[in-house]
Amino acid sequence: MREVDLAVVGAGPAGLTAAIEGAKRGYSTVVLDMNPRPGGQLIKQIHKFFGSREHRAGTRGIEIADTLFYEAASAGVEVIVEAEVYAIHDSTLEVVVQTFAEDSLILPSEEATTSRSRPLSIAARRIVLATGGAENALSFAGWTLPGVMGAGAAQTMINLWRVLPGERILMVGAGNVGLIVSYQLMQAGGEVVAVIEATPRIGGYGVHAAKIRRAGIPILTSHTIVSASGESRVERAVIAKVDASWEIVPGSEQELEVDTICIAVGLYPNARLASLAGCELHYFPGLGGWIPVHNSRMETTVSGIYVAGDLSGVEEASTALEEGRLAGICAAASLGKERAGDHDEIKAIEGRLLGLRSGPFCQHRQDAKQELIGIGEAQCPQQ
Amino acid sequence: MSPAINPPSYPSQQELRNAPGYPSQKRLEKGPVVAIECIEEIPCNPCEQACPQHAITIGEPITNCPHLDEDKCIGCGLCVSQCPGLAIFLIDLTHSQGSASVAFPHEYLPLPKEGQTVRAVNRAGEPICSATVVRVQNPKTNGQTPVVTVAMPRKYATEVRGILRAQGGKKNGG
Repeated sequence: MREVDLAVVGAGPAGLTAAIEGAKRGYSTVVLDMNPRPGGQLIKQIHKFFGSREHRAGTRGIEIADTLFYEAASAGVEVIVEAEVYAIHDSTLEVVVQTFAEDSLILPSEEATTSRSRPLSIAARRIVLATGGAENALSFAGWTLPGVMGAGAAQTMINLWRVLPGERILMVGAGNVGLIVSYQLMQAGGEVVAVIEATPRIGGYGVHAAKIRRAGIPILTSHTIVSASGESRVERAVIAKVDASWEIVPGSEQELEVDTICIAVGLYPNARLASLAGCELHYFPGLGGWIPVHNSRMETTVSGIYVAGDLSGVEEASTALEEGRLAGICAAASLGKERAGDHDEIKAIEGRLLGLRSGPFCQHRQDAKQELIGIGEAQCPQQ
Repeated sequence: MSPAINPPSYPSQQELRNAPGYPSQKRLEKGPVVAIECIEEIPCNPCEQACPQHAITIGEPITNCPHLDEDKCIGCGLCVSQCPGLAIFLIDLTHSQGSASVAFPHEYLPLPKEGQTVRAVNRAGEPICSATVVRVQNPKTNGQTPVVTVAMPRKYATEVRGILRAQGGKKNGG
């Protein structure tokens, strides 16, 4: 049994910043991530980020991942990759570490260096869950055919593994993910035949829509996918108009010759581990679904377990960076060594989060988070 | 709600004329100036820091649309590659007798070559005229966002926002 002060699950922007804050305060900190490389979704974000300079706007996500990882490593954080946490009980994380490729980015620990798949138990005084989000599925006739995939999966294929999933692509969903992945599929050499969106509005930023429009890709709003078909994989898709009550407009069907259909219809918080750990969940559709109830210090209804990032409401990398920092500082402070500057730092983070959650695109998230934290303040352990 | 830019999913001339980041016709006539086609209140401000002349202001809150001080803008174009939304264009109506130039971010390979004749496209991706590639700039400070400048007949300068991509012999997507 290993013992650490702080264990963080998930090495994305929220998990890494939480760990950095813990380690900076002198606490032994370990981060566990099931993927072979730390960074979470940042490692496939090849576009320049929005936001402000303090959120590294203008920098590509992949570069932010590298910076965060080195920052964590130099703060003394131990990052164990290819490590899946499958249970949490009595402050102990049960982990299975899958493989240890010679060249994987592991900072080796004493216990975990040898075998290809071995169990590991870690007793942690505090836990930060930063398990991120997962893609919503969409079912339609033919949706199980090879060639139908999440937009995030396609993005992983092109940007991480450099494999183009197909040559003629239909993107379903015009939120930021659908628009950005469409752009990146073009950069990778694919042809995006169309982006369709069931609602009458483009959900993503106008600038993302504009850059794929000037590349000649049509964005069809009030359109849905009816079916996919093909011999052994996707060969065509049928799309159709939908009316105000989401019914297909008869006769509006059109067939598109495509070999790949990407689904970008939103993300939900990956709350399975939080749920297993006994954290109370609450349903917030505006934040993606079931979310662990937490207070303003990001602590859940289970004392000592904190959350951050998409798990505590699907938002963006910039908010994840801030929430991770907040969770890390609060978790560390609760271990007894509140530093002189902690209070001011927390106030500054809260101010920046407020800024990120303002404006017509983001205000609804602020409202939902406020409601969530309101519930959390009543239900979560008091300081 | 923010200004509706859908359909057709890019800003209309009317929306651009009202946008605080879009230069006046008078300023455009004077020579190189940027056009910031960012009309939604999204949390983003790298353009503000990119401008050495302090001609771009976002301020607080960060969701403000960028405001261009068109008299301060000297048309250096340094902001073009720095906008994460690829929404800034450098327009020079005084490029030469009868022709104008437009510079835009172009994150596709292969890059066009200087001197090459290309098809210039409008905001809807429709080819509207022939253009000549004047410059292809990709210094390290661009952060891997190459900026391509093309020259075309003057009347197209407020419409041209890109070029047909070279796609290994295939035509433009869509």
